[in-house]
Amino acid sequence: MRETLLEMCNITKVYSNGVVANQKVNFSLAEGEIHAVAGENGAGKSTLMKMMFGMEEPSEGEIYLRGSRIRLQSPMDAIRLGIGMVHQHFMLVPSFTVAENMVLGMEPKKGVFLNQAEAARLTREFSFRYNLQVDPEEKVENLSVGMKQKVEILKALVRGARILILDEPTAVLTPQETEELFGQLKLMRENGHTIVFISHKLKEVKAICDRITIMRNGRTEGVFDIREVTEQEISRLMVGRDVVLKYAKSGREYGESVLQVRDLGYSKEGKKVLGGINLSIREGEILGIAGVEGNGQAQLVEALTGRLEGDSGTVQVAGANISRFDIGEIRGLGVSYIPEDRMRQGTAKEASIVDNLISTVYNSKAWTRWGFQKRKKMAELTEEKIREFQIKASGPAQEIGMLSGGNMQKVVVARESSTAPRLLIAEQPTRGVDVGAAQLIHRKLLELKEEGCAILLISADLNEILELSDTLAVMYEGDMAACFERPSELTEEELGLYMLGIKKQDEQSIRRAMHA
Amino acid sequence: MLKSKHFELIRTAAVLLISLLLTFIMISFVSGSPLQTIGIFLYEPISSVSHAGNVVEMAIPLMFTGLALSLLFKMNMFNLGAEGIFYFSALVASAAAIHFSLNGFLHPIVAILLGGIVGALISGIPGFLKAKWNANELVTSLMFNSILYGVGQYILNYKLRDASAFQTASFKFEPTAVLDRIIPGTRIHTGLIIVLVCIVAGHYFMYKTKWGYELRMTGANREFAEYSGIKTGRVILYVHLLAGLIAGIGGSVEVLGMYSRFQWNALPGYGMDGALVAMLAKNNPLAVIGSALFLAYIRVGADMMSRYSDVPSELISIIQAVILLLVSADQFLKFWKNRMLLKEAKMNA
Amino acid sequence: MHDFLAVILTTDFAFSVLRVTTPILFAALGALISNRAGIVNIGLEGIMLTSALLGVLVSAYTGSAWLGLLGAALGGLLIAGLLAFFTLQFKTHLILGGIAINAFASGGTIFVLYMLTGDKGTSSSLASKVLPSVEIPLIEDIPVVGPILSGHHVLTYLSIVAAVAVFVLLKKTPLGLQIRAVGENLHAAESVGVKVKRIQYTALLLSGLFASLGGAYMSMGYLSLFTRNMTAGRGWIALAAESMGRSTTIGTTITSFLFGFAEALSNALQLLKIPAELISTVPYVATILGLVFYSVSMTRKANKLLKKQKGPQA
Repeated sequence: MRETLLEMCNITKVYSNGVVANQKVNFSLAEGEIHAVAGENGAGKSTLMKMMFGMEEPSEGEIYLRGSRIRLQSPMDAIRLGIGMVHQHFMLVPSFTVAENMVLGMEPKKGVFLNQAEAARLTREFSFRYNLQVDPEEKVENLSVGMKQKVEILKALVRGARILILDEPTAVLTPQETEELFGQLKLMRENGHTIVFISHKLKEVKAICDRITIMRNGRTEGVFDIREVTEQEISRLMVGRDVVLKYAKSGREYGESVLQVRDLGYSKEGKKVLGGINLSIREGEILGIAGVEGNGQAQLVEALTGRLEGDSGTVQVAGANISRFDIGEIRGLGVSYIPEDRMRQGTAKEASIVDNLISTVYNSKAWTRWGFQKRKKMAELTEEKIREFQIKASGPAQEIGMLSGGNMQKVVVARESSTAPRLLIAEQPTRGVDVGAAQLIHRKLLELKEEGCAILLISADLNEILELSDTLAVMYEGDMAACFERPSELTEEELGLYMLGIKKQDEQSIRRAMHA
Repeated sequence: MLKSKHFELIRTAAVLLISLLLTFIMISFVSGSPLQTIGIFLYEPISSVSHAGNVVEMAIPLMFTGLALSLLFKMNMFNLGAEGIFYFSALVASAAAIHFSLNGFLHPIVAILLGGIVGALISGIPGFLKAKWNANELVTSLMFNSILYGVGQYILNYKLRDASAFQTASFKFEPTAVLDRIIPGTRIHTGLIIVLVCIVAGHYFMYKTKWGYELRMTGANREFAEYSGIKTGRVILYVHLLAGLIAGIGGSVEVLGMYSRFQWNALPGYGMDGALVAMLAKNNPLAVIGSALFLAYIRVGADMMSRYSDVPSELISIIQAVILLLVSADQFLKFWKNRMLLKEAKMNA
Repeated sequence: MHDFLAVILTTDFAFSVLRVTTPILFAALGALISNRAGIVNIGLEGIMLTSALLGVLVSAYTGSAWLGLLGAALGGLLIAGLLAFFTLQFKTHLILGGIAINAFASGGTIFVLYMLTGDKGTSSSLASKVLPSVEIPLIEDIPVVGPILSGHHVLTYLSIVAAVAVFVLLKKTPLGLQIRAVGENLHAAESVGVKVKRIQYTALLLSGLFASLGGAYMSMGYLSLFTRNMTAGRGWIALAAESMGRSTTIGTTITSFLFGFAEALSNALQLLKIPAELISTVPYVATILGLVFYSVSMTRKANKLLKKQKGPQA
């Protein structure tokens, strides 16, 4: 057993909105190990790490570094003590160069001015030492996700980090980039760095980590040597039951085509974003779209929801050309939409659950008379949905912002599914929600499919997309790179090759599979 | 037991207490006989029917502008145009009161409606600019205040001015246009009824109708509203029209209820005070009544103070600023709420 | 039309553009520096007004114009500090906090003026001082250019120096880098130990300092006394200038001069037979037109990216 480097004892954290994120959590880190922290979304991993990095202060509990008690009141305290963090959402200033980002907060000076040359030199030096190639002069906004992550890691190393916290570093990476990252992490371990690796991808945890701490519901469920614990055991501790992501699906009988996209092309500032997309979804069909984020999926959804007009091609919903429709008119055709970001588009967090639940039907005759809303009927519907979706809430009048992420997302799904949609666009429908809520949402999607709804499912969760899709397409650089009619027979590795653009099906077979 | 959900109420009360305390402290510094001055400030406004009447009279315009700004603030629009509109609509109503010949029932109605419609149209301009091109409504509305003031002074000086009056003032209103007094011993006029009707209507509008729903959702999260199919540009426009209408009616009612000539030679300030009324009321129409009365009470107190003691009434604008700073301070006393939450969480755990 | 051209095609007019731009430029630089740190300083107007009064009071009681300027600057810092304390510590809403500061200044200055002089309108009973004007050797002798550029108030020259200083500060110094980082991605700055609050305090204080110089200029240069609400919306015009200048130092300086031009025009037009009440509205009309022009071009640009969106989010 190696020497204990950092220890967090009896940590409790209550946020100002009353959410208890951590309760009497214990965590200990040994020198020179890669230590996994695993748990579902909302289990309290991120909160714990934020406290280790000084971004949040524990409400109760102590932190010890090499046996002496420390207080971390800001990230600066943590950095000074050799703790660095790579956040899930990159902490970079887009308009700055790599070198400027690198030295931000510790700027080399020439007189009273910033020493640009020294900043670039420093960047090159560390870039070389840790084999993380970046161009110091390039603006960060022009970098790929993988490159940005390298900048983030370098940033921590330049600041003298001996402990490096990585918050779900592989979530945004392709399988190949992940491999590369693992190589670099091992190199760092050999150089004596200690790494905290937050993840809920058990295969990755098994592949690279030495020990694992499992969290659930804001508490620690146990610490194990990675060789002494199986994936099944970990997952049981994480969710308290074995994860079953197997759903019974009915046979394949599809109705007529609801959504038809033909040659949809779009470019922005001379750069191709969508390169002539063709696709079609039939009643009762779930079409999944996989792909690394930023390959045109977001723009495709924007084009389908009235926020973007393509340069060429047509989009037809139930036979109507929607290229000039706004979202209200598109919804009028029987389209529902679960947006990727429930905080930005999906909900109004200061408004009540009722108000959030009726936002797409408030204008219809069934819910108003002479302009007055039928508030009582609305409350009744809300109570019904709260029961049906097992939403944990005090009642219809509760502010939706007070709910957990999973319960909030259930409200979104309840709203979008309650209008008997003909087409449902589901963009990352279970991102950031707990397993229970995810399963409920998955079952709801399948229920809608049974009822004949056509579903476009866009997801970065390969497990989800492989299991739910009837047809699975892969987008790469604005094009359809592949289309499979039997997605459940695919492996994640195979899919990765298409997602990375290493393999590509020919045009004909894609079109055939798409029925486009 | 005090619970975290009562927090907002407790905080508002604390803010008001702190501000009153601060008033006392400042009076003690500047007054020769502080205790007496404080006595005047606190007691005079309720010392007689006529003084209490002053409070209600003062509250009427504050309720109008407070209601108008509640609608705009609820939509997250920081438009302070009520100030200029209140002034300009009052001038329009005055012109109608001077030049039209109608009977005692129709005359004020026509003048007030005219003032209201002009207010709505003026308010529509920054609303349109915001909805269509996202032009910052705060800056445009403030610029409009200055423009309306300039144009208003021009109209007053060149078109409506009564040369025989002692100061810069318009001709006298036709007696038919002036609002009736409704409570003997005070100058409280029918405008009180009008404003209460407006407030109740505003309450129903905001919480019971689909248009109010559109307003609230646009304010809570404009992107969410758009995504739900609400045409937010249209909402922004009609809420601006409505707020302008209310402010315009307010200005017209004020001038016809309290004066016999138009004689404002500066912007009267009710629009700005309306911002404070709306904030104190948390943008809730019904709560506007209470917060306008409170503000009117301390302002009448300050008036009495400047009349009967050695402290000028401008003291109150310092106090108003402090109230506004604290009432809109999210974190003020928050530590205390956090402690309550921690306790409640522990009890539930 | 001939009269009109005769008015604006003179060295006097060009001189007056510089003269009236000074307070707007100072305030706009103040708006710029706090905006780049991610904080809209709505309180500029109130800060200017407070400083204008303090300059008069301190110079009258000490007999020194320079001490008056110091007093004005300290006052500006104090009010900006107050605003910073409330918005950063208590999380007072930025806009409402600014509105409160302005209300505080507009009533508070009259309160103080009355307590000290018994007058609620002007400080004419106080023997306050003005800061000097400066003739620039060599330049003053050049025809046309000389009468335009030389002989200005010392703060007018300082405002130009301030614009250059702000440019260098934002582009070339560590503090500038941190200010921009905080404004663009607060969490990024925070995560590398940049003291976000300290940077925002610094930016707001600098913003207050610049606005206070503009205020001091109003009562110790532009006029030689304090009158109630004498800043007359210049703080707001400055905010418009900053946003039209797309939050760059050069753009902000140029738009400040544009608004200065509009105001100089409104002053010059008073020589013609147009009612003064209407002419006084020219700068405000110009500001609205400028803001609309800017907003339309921004919306067009945004709509090219997202063609059908009804309007970009603020």
